[in-house]
Amino acid sequence: MAVDTTPATPAGQAPAQRPRTASRLRLLGSGDAVITGVLVLFLVVAALTVEGFASARNTGFLLLDVVVIVLIALPLTLVIVTGEIDLSVASTVGLSSAVMGQLWFSGLPLETVIPLCLLLGAMLGAVNGFFVTRLGLPSLAVTIGTLALYRGLAFVVLGDRAVADFPRSWTTWAISGIGGTGIPVVVVPLLFLVLLTGVVLHATPIGRSLYAMGNSEDAARFSGIDVGRTKFWLFVVTGVVSALGGIYWTLRYGSARADNAQGLELQVIAAILLGGVSIFGGRGGLLGVLAGALLLGSVRNALQLENVPADVLNIVTGGLLVVAVVAPQVAARVRSRTRARPAGPPSAPPARPAPDAHPSTDPAAQVPADQRGNR
Amino acid sequence: MSERASSPVGTAEPASGASPTATPTPTASPTERPGRGAALVHRLVVVRELGILAALLLLVVATVVANPRFLSGQNIRDLLISASILTVLAAGQTVVIITRNVDLSVGSTLGLSAYATGTLLVNGTPVPLAVLAGVAVGALCGLLNGVIVAVAKVPSLVVTLGTLYAIRGLDSLWASQSGRLQINAADLPSGFKAIAGARVLGVPVLFLVAVAVVVLVGHHLRSYRSGRELYGIGSDPDAARLSGIPVGRRVLAAFVVSGALAGLAGVMYAARFQTLDATAGTGQELFVVAAAVVGGVAIFGGSGSVYGAALGALLLTTIGAALPQLGLNPFWREAAVGALILAAIVLDRSLSLRLARRLRGRNLRGS
Repeated sequence: MAVDTTPATPAGQAPAQRPRTASRLRLLGSGDAVITGVLVLFLVVAALTVEGFASARNTGFLLLDVVVIVLIALPLTLVIVTGEIDLSVASTVGLSSAVMGQLWFSGLPLETVIPLCLLLGAMLGAVNGFFVTRLGLPSLAVTIGTLALYRGLAFVVLGDRAVADFPRSWTTWAISGIGGTGIPVVVVPLLFLVLLTGVVLHATPIGRSLYAMGNSEDAARFSGIDVGRTKFWLFVVTGVVSALGGIYWTLRYGSARADNAQGLELQVIAAILLGGVSIFGGRGGLLGVLAGALLLGSVRNALQLENVPADVLNIVTGGLLVVAVVAPQVAARVRSRTRARPAGPPSAPPARPAPDAHPSTDPAAQVPADQRGNR
Repeated sequence: MSERASSPVGTAEPASGASPTATPTPTASPTERPGRGAALVHRLVVVRELGILAALLLLVVATVVANPRFLSGQNIRDLLISASILTVLAAGQTVVIITRNVDLSVGSTLGLSAYATGTLLVNGTPVPLAVLAGVAVGALCGLLNGVIVAVAKVPSLVVTLGTLYAIRGLDSLWASQSGRLQINAADLPSGFKAIAGARVLGVPVLFLVAVAVVVLVGHHLRSYRSGRELYGIGSDPDAARLSGIPVGRRVLAAFVVSGALAGLAGVMYAARFQTLDATAGTGQELFVVAAAVVGGVAIFGGSGSVYGAALGALLLTTIGAALPQLGLNPFWREAAVGALILAAIVLDRSLSLRLARRLRGRNLRGS
């Protein structure tokens, strides 16, 4: 089934990526480095030119806005790396928020409500995992279905009501900052989760197996990886983390509603793809995703400070997403064309095509790419 | 691949041959083995579409029992008009999905086209010209998608996710800059407003437009070489390319068709609701893809028909209208849509598995 998605894979990247692991590692790193570079550049420019952007207050707002996006992007990145997708994350946020509101409304203490909501998230994720891994259905279609189903159930649970009388101590904690720095308290546990995910993805056999699945599910299976079970648990984890996002969302805005976080899945996926993760699986890194989420958040934030209307923000978000996927494609094609011309030496990177007729264009296309890898 | 590709042929034949009692199916089958294999596939596709029809009938009967007035003339007309916009969108989406792509930007395209049509009409443009312009706006959006997908070779899911944002942003930017956040019925010419209520022999014109679109697209997909090639591309893009099909051009065309039909849907939306702002059609992409999937269009391309998608659109619309009549909370609608999508893909999976097994058994016996 997963083989179905591969044929459209970027033509120019596969051959360059195969031969040596060293060059593959560098390629993996280069996507991260590009987007991180863009982020740093943007932050510097924005801090210098946009009034109030670098203030502690604004930093706090910016981080609060990206917390849930980063949180959900963590497990979803793993899912996308394996070549699957989960479009139902925002609906899981909405449903767990609605259930949280309803349970609290019916008199349960939050200490009981929150574990129940996390359990619910695990069940919702398990439903996705069951359809995808046990029945072998395409995750795109399954999670479009559960996107509608979970959101619909959220409305069934809470209707168009809102539950807003959560205890003050919880809701103020959700938006409080560390000391006077403006950095929200929740960033600390979030950073812990980021580190945990980063280690799992980039430094454990589990993480390597995810990339293996994304590159070739059959090869992964032949090398002894239990593809079905791994993917199943990835969907469960995504469900739990999305429910956690729903709980936080509810506390942060102090309001449980069925339409909470509607459309958030698009922003999360946009951040992940902007961070250089391939939608076909097998490529990408967590640092890039982090940078992608922060870039989207800070671009929106800076434009808001500049009083740019909200409509333009959508154009910018959409435009960034398209550019993020088109640019590497074009770069890869330019690279493969410049590499194809010398024909003979496959040890391309060090070989300077000096006798070639286009010495000026070739290094120009290649050098920046290499430098990016080292930055 | 060839069986999958030939499936829509089967959908149309029995439909005209009055399938319930006539049973003219075994005529060609006994002698030729490939013919029998194809007949088997045809029968499954017919079963699939009759299944949706049966679900639809069941729903209608249950609703009528609960509330006999559900089948009043006015109610049916309202239902058909509501379904026709979704049907036109689903027809365009089917063309794209068959090529193993997806167009998530149709809701935004509908909104932009509706707003463009409304603005032109308010400024005194003649109605036919404004309608054409609305379709053209949609076609341009589709061209944008198609160029990025086919030329830059970027996955359509990502591209149309991006243009979903971008086109909606363009729409609301235009609305806020022009100082006309909302176009009201009072601003629109009466000639345009009459379209919503117009009927031919009691059938709403908007519904007839949808039927015409479905028949035209369905006929093209079934009987024209370029239509057949779309199935080939969706079944196996590499094989299609190797066999000389201009894949890029066909995919580009599919997106333009989808965009143009979304533009047409925008015009129909403007005619029906007559109150337009920049949020028209928000979130429609979900229901459009749902209609196609429920109608048996495989999400990974190569199989499905416009007729199925149209039935899916009708079923989804009827669910929305029937829930309140059945005494159920209308909030159940979206959940029902989700459950229906899951049921449809599970059904498709088991049908295709059974089909593969039967075809394999047949070949073994034959050899």
